[in-house]
Amino acid sequence: MGYFLILGVENENLINYNQSQLIYKAFLYTDKRRVNKFYLRMRDKLENGGITVENATDFLNIKDVSTAFKINGQFYDAISHIDLQVHHDEILAIVGESGCGKSTLATTIMGLHNPAETKISGSIDFEGTDLLQLSDDEYNQYRGAKIGMIFQDPLSALNPLKRIEDQISEVMDYHSTFTSAEKHDRVLELLDQVGIVNPKRTAHQFPHELSGGMRQRVIIAIAIACKPDLIIADEPTTALDVTIQAQILDVLREIQKENHAGIILITHDLGVVAETADRVAVMYAGQIVEQGTAEQIFNTPEHPYTRSLLRSMPQRDNENDDLYVIQGNVPSLQKMPQTGDRFAPRIPWVPASAHEDNPTMHEVTPGHLVRCTCYRDFQFPDQPEKGSVTE
Amino acid sequence: MWKTILRRILIMIPEVIILSILVFLLAKAMPGDPFTGSINPKADPAQIKHLMKINGLYDPWYQQYWNWVVHLFHGNLGNSYQYQEPVTRLIGGRATNTLWLALLTMILTYALALPMGVFAGRHEGKLPDTVIRVYTYVTYCIPFFVILVIGIWIFGYVLGWFPTTGSITSGTTGWLRTIGSRFYHILLPAVLGALFGTVNIVQYLRSEVIDAKRSDYVRTARAKGVPSKDIYRHHIFRNSLLPIAAFAGYSITGLLNGSIFTETVFSYPGMGLLFVNSISYRDYTVITALVLIYGILNLLGTLLSDIILSVVDPRIRIE
Repeated sequence: MGYFLILGVENENLINYNQSQLIYKAFLYTDKRRVNKFYLRMRDKLENGGITVENATDFLNIKDVSTAFKINGQFYDAISHIDLQVHHDEILAIVGESGCGKSTLATTIMGLHNPAETKISGSIDFEGTDLLQLSDDEYNQYRGAKIGMIFQDPLSALNPLKRIEDQISEVMDYHSTFTSAEKHDRVLELLDQVGIVNPKRTAHQFPHELSGGMRQRVIIAIAIACKPDLIIADEPTTALDVTIQAQILDVLREIQKENHAGIILITHDLGVVAETADRVAVMYAGQIVEQGTAEQIFNTPEHPYTRSLLRSMPQRDNENDDLYVIQGNVPSLQKMPQTGDRFAPRIPWVPASAHEDNPTMHEVTPGHLVRCTCYRDFQFPDQPEKGSVTE
Repeated sequence: MWKTILRRILIMIPEVIILSILVFLLAKAMPGDPFTGSINPKADPAQIKHLMKINGLYDPWYQQYWNWVVHLFHGNLGNSYQYQEPVTRLIGGRATNTLWLALLTMILTYALALPMGVFAGRHEGKLPDTVIRVYTYVTYCIPFFVILVIGIWIFGYVLGWFPTTGSITSGTTGWLRTIGSRFYHILLPAVLGALFGTVNIVQYLRSEVIDAKRSDYVRTARAKGVPSKDIYRHHIFRNSLLPIAAFAGYSITGLLNGSIFTETVFSYPGMGLLFVNSISYRDYTVITALVLIYGILNLLGTLLSDIILSVVDPRIRIE
């Protein structure tokens, strides 16, 4: 059995924060240290006055956003009709398989797509401004300054010919009035903040002289240099080994605490999600299929895709069993079904009548949204009782 | 960085030695001897044998090689059979001609190629890019000497803008006029050489710029909020010029090869023309000397490339 965390019932903040789920079953955790860390984090939140999901203001409001790429002269949706909010002091995790449009969503928010080859519709309201209406020059006032992005591959994301210091202070060249001495101090401060042991030396080095973990820290330093309100972390730990992963996640959390930033954490590592996220949005084939608090998603997953993902994770109590495998693949952009439930082909045993013709989001409990009606009677063929979680 | 350069120069020493041995042995492997036919054809074979002996031609090859090297260091490359003149003096005058032509060609090549390559890469797929690409394909398909001949025909005969032979108008006096006349004579061959030389650089640079445009570090720069023109200035240009800079040293080789064509077609008295003439007259001492010089220049070219690269690319420096 996994470990249990029982959080006090009498604490009102907790009830606010947690809505209905009072018991968090840490079934994903394979060791006690992680559970303890999660517990400490929850306690910290409560003791600090616990800014809850309900009363935090959303400062990023993504409404009905679709991004289409031009392939052979025709546009195909990579993400379609995304609705998502991010609040201050919150880590929103976006999970899903490769090719589900997670990174496309991130680069859409950053405005990094070539307008000649993409078509973006909808609106991204960031602190009262619709980012999608901005010109490239106006967008540059946001990129790097108010929105920072942490990229996936720490080697190729740094310019091989520039010293670390120049790459970090470049952000400040455009978004601050610092003198070069101030910039230099800030670079050292940032490098120290992201946990680099010898900032002076590192500042003077080139990317190829650093290890993968150090490069990732540099990328984070670039992203947070101007204290952005929103940090988008696109698989920040994928290229790193587990010990470095944990350190990087700690760094992110500390920065968040300091800046009250909202973080969008894109990952396919559900362990990372369970450890860090406040809310989770599950993406499949360019759509959000389920979203809710981390507790809702992990305790009472509803959508068949979410449940399949959770079931395909190694769990402590069934380590002898084979892992669950989701049949088939994520459809490519050109083969994306335009109507019906996009996940239906991968759960062929579910009768067509269980799906909606045009699946919409249904609110199961407050804040917990699920796409399509098929979740209601969904069962795995080899597991008749509902849910992936067995007591 | 100095370490890298020093190491690179040290590596060159055995290269030069091997090159000189090869050149020497090739010269030895050529049929015939220096005396048959150069004196009275009816000379007594015993007399020739005697001459061969006192000139050390019956010594083992390594001893002959050693003597040759010693002479080399004394600046003595032997006498040309065709001109009856020391090879050093013969080459000396022509080397300057070739140097000026090569220099102007190189300057024009880069002056044309860099803007074209960057422009084509930046406006990839648009009309100017297509025009530049068509130009490079067409030029690449035409043999170099055909370009030269067409150039001479159009600019030398039809339009009559440029002289078509020689390096200077005879009877020119005064240093300013001399320089002017020399420049006038090398302009057409240099421009034509540059038109041909740009092709590789333009294509290379274009694809480098396109690669850099799509690279992750450019995406990072955009995510920093760096305006597009600064991204080109600070990230794309420098990174895509890297292989071009490295190519610069090697392009000396290309220029020397090109000079053989150019000088022959334009009857321009340089090393290339001398080389071609020496081959037709079997002027062995000149050929050996020129091959050695070309070889050393090529080695220097690659050395130059490596030095440039170690200056501009931090990744290959030895710390």
